[in-house]
Amino acid sequence: MTRLTGWGRYPDLETELVEPRRLGEVRGAFAEADGVIARGNGRAYGDAAIGVRRTVSIRQLDRMRSFDPETGRITVEAGTLLGDVIAAVLPRGHFPMVVPGTRHVSVGGAIAADIHGKNHHRDGGFGASVERMTLLLPDGSTVETSPTLEPGLFRATVGGMGLTGAILEATIRLKPVESGWIRQRTLPAADLSSVMRALDAGDEATYSVAWIDTLASGRNLGRSLVFLGEHARADELGPKEAERYPALAGPRLSVPLDFPSFTLNRLSVGVFNRIYHRVNARREGAPFTVPAGPYFFPLDGVGAWNRIYGRRGFVQHQCVLPPETAESALGEILERVARRGSSSFLAVLKKLGPSWGMLSFPKPGFTLALDFPVTDDLASFLAGLDEIVVEAGGRLYLAKDSQQSRATFEAGYPDLDGFRSIRRRLDPDRRLRSHLADRLGL
Amino acid sequence: MPDQRSVLILGGGSDIGRAAGLAFAAKGWTVRLAGRDLQGLTREADDIRTRTGATVSVHRFDALDTPSFDGFLDGLPALPDAVVSAVGVLGDQGAAERDVAEATRIMRSNFEGPALILGLVANRFEARGSGTIVGISSVAGDRGRATNYIYGSAKAAFTAFLSGLRNRLARKGVHVVTVKPGFVRTRMTAGMALPGLLTVDPDVVGNAIYAAVEKRTDVVYVARAWQPVMFAIRSIPERLFKTMKI
Ligand SMILES: Cc1cc2nc3c(=O)[nH]c(=O)nc-3n(C[C@H](O)[C@H](O)[C@H](O)COP(=O)(O)OP(=O)(O)OC[C@H]3O[C@@H](n4cnc5c(N)ncnc54)[C@H](O)[C@@H]3O)c2cc1C
Ligand SMILES: NC(=O)c1ccc[n+]([C@@H]2O[C@H](COP(=O)([O-])OP(=O)(O)OC[C@H]3O[C@@H](n4cnc5c(N)ncnc54)[C@H](OP(=O)(O)O)[C@@H]3O)[C@@H](O)[C@H]2O)c1
Repeated sequence: MTRLTGWGRYPDLETELVEPRRLGEVRGAFAEADGVIARGNGRAYGDAAIGVRRTVSIRQLDRMRSFDPETGRITVEAGTLLGDVIAAVLPRGHFPMVVPGTRHVSVGGAIAADIHGKNHHRDGGFGASVERMTLLLPDGSTVETSPTLEPGLFRATVGGMGLTGAILEATIRLKPVESGWIRQRTLPAADLSSVMRALDAGDEATYSVAWIDTLASGRNLGRSLVFLGEHARADELGPKEAERYPALAGPRLSVPLDFPSFTLNRLSVGVFNRIYHRVNARREGAPFTVPAGPYFFPLDGVGAWNRIYGRRGFVQHQCVLPPETAESALGEILERVARRGSSSFLAVLKKLGPSWGMLSFPKPGFTLALDFPVTDDLASFLAGLDEIVVEAGGRLYLAKDSQQSRATFEAGYPDLDGFRSIRRRLDPDRRLRSHLADRLGL
Repeated sequence: MPDQRSVLILGGGSDIGRAAGLAFAAKGWTVRLAGRDLQGLTREADDIRTRTGATVSVHRFDALDTPSFDGFLDGLPALPDAVVSAVGVLGDQGAAERDVAEATRIMRSNFEGPALILGLVANRFEARGSGTIVGISSVAGDRGRATNYIYGSAKAAFTAFLSGLRNRLARKGVHVVTVKPGFVRTRMTAGMALPGLLTVDPDVVGNAIYAAVEKRTDVVYVARAWQPVMFAIRSIPERLFKTMKI
């Protein structure tokens, strides 16, 4: 037995960790186990990738199978990291359709959470780029599934948090790019309604995202920086961008020890936010070119940054709110957060579009992600935020979750009954069970 | 202009062999993976090819089947520019103390097989007047210890063989590298508690092997800390060493 956590280092749970090295060994790892779940690279924040009894790491299955530069299709084992995919295909002029805020996620985890990028409003989630996959079902059989082959199973598996079986291999569609550089524009937004308008106006941009200063309040509430980005064309590169496909750099800095939690008080967060604003406001408006690595994965430059929140860990609260209710609900949430003070190093606002996985998180509207160090009163504070989210017709992202109530969850996911009935058919004895599944009755 | 050189990796399905293959492929070398498990090798070959775009082939090779060695080398598309042996088995020391068959398997897999095949490669390289041979030996061969002296003694013999070969070929244009990786997180050490500072990941060893071939290094201790550690261990007088538990 061992103890595992997600990226938030909370909760910390006991489980048996098994690490098969070959495809053939995965079946054995799932057979005869009860309360078992697949784990990718452990970047989900909460309890999604921790089995009630056993956790099967798919990370060792990280071999790439084939890549066709003509059609831009790559086939990989599910434990392959997205960063490794980028390292392999970017020098040959391709890039994944969807990348999250860290390159250290596995392809299996990216499918199971139907992850979204800064381009969700235009291109949909990671699941939309999956051409086919091989799935090990709870009964030990292996099936091929795609949008046209066993489509019901496919829709349940994309975003299904590992609860339909273990993804073993997948073929994903890539997009052609002319360089490894991003043309970025940074726009400051003075308050909440202007950042929402800026994101709306940014709909034509391929990538858009905003960072919110969570300490700003009153008429500054929602003060933000909006980042828009496009893949740079070859003819847009200057002498500074001599290397057409710069490598994604490894961490330059790392956080070796658990920061004492007092480093994250109101003061240090305030200082951080102010510096952040100053540095970025200088580049306001005019486009400039940055390598894809730091553009998409700024936090990967700091190794093990999850330790910065101290020993007790942290929770990321990520909700999506429909366009009609978003502004007032966001206002209320940000006010509470500003009043609380001791929060969020990170507050990210993005626009999302529709998705079609049964449990996929994205739906049209605005998504806000906030980090909170674990404290005694956090659960009740978050329950308050969840009420606002439910009231507004929103929902929470399972890949970040460790806190929400079953009622909050059920209110947010209308396809839940359909998902549960597929689960009953595939896994009548409920052998696949993560802590998240038990908590939410999945 | 892509590199036209090729490297043959014996034990190409091993974690260290695979990492070496990736390191060479990343520099444009053609990679030939050899071993017993063709299915496993094909998986590694596909992976290396997909990641790097290099040319990769797989070849059947059993280090215990010594009569097959000449035919194996003759069957390769061309005599490679470099050969790496990552063949080895840790075996079960306790079992090997009682069971001659297990001891034989460990000795033959770590010494006899790798030494004999590299000896045949050496002759071909000598005739051509060029080539680099890399043998993966072990710090376990630097001094015999109670817990793994059967493996260690075979590695000691292999180290001596490589050093003799290097001496023989030094003026013949052929270079020999001895690699002592220290602890590496691989299938061989899975489940063992390894000391962090003295332990590396396979890719570090793979890159070190590539660098040693390019720089014509003689002996490589991959995690540098090993060199003083093994120096200290070798300096302990036998009278004392024999009573110690290390
Ligand atoms: C810094 C950071 C930034 C992030 N940014 C974003 C973002 O921008 N957008 C976004 O959508 N997400 C984001 N995430 C969340 C992350 O993308 C998801 O949690 C993703 O699922 C993590 O992948 P993983 O391989 O680490 O999976 P894990 O965390 O190990 O597992 C996540 C879920 O996938 C399941 N799973 C994993 N592998 C398999 C498999 N082979 N077969 C079946 N099920 C499997 C697990 O059971 C679990 O339910 C971010 C996370 C971090 C730490
Ligand atoms: N891991 C460490 O800490 C460490 C430390 C020092 C030295 N080493 C040495 O590094 C080398 C690679 O080991 P590793 O750690 O990467 O472990 P590994 O994955 O177990 O590699 C051992 C390799 O040897 C092959 N092999 C064994 N017997 C063979 C035979 N008769 N014919 C052909 N191939 C045979 C195995 O192939 P099969 O798949 O067919 O079994 C496997 O590819 C070994 O020489 C080992 O002794 C390792």
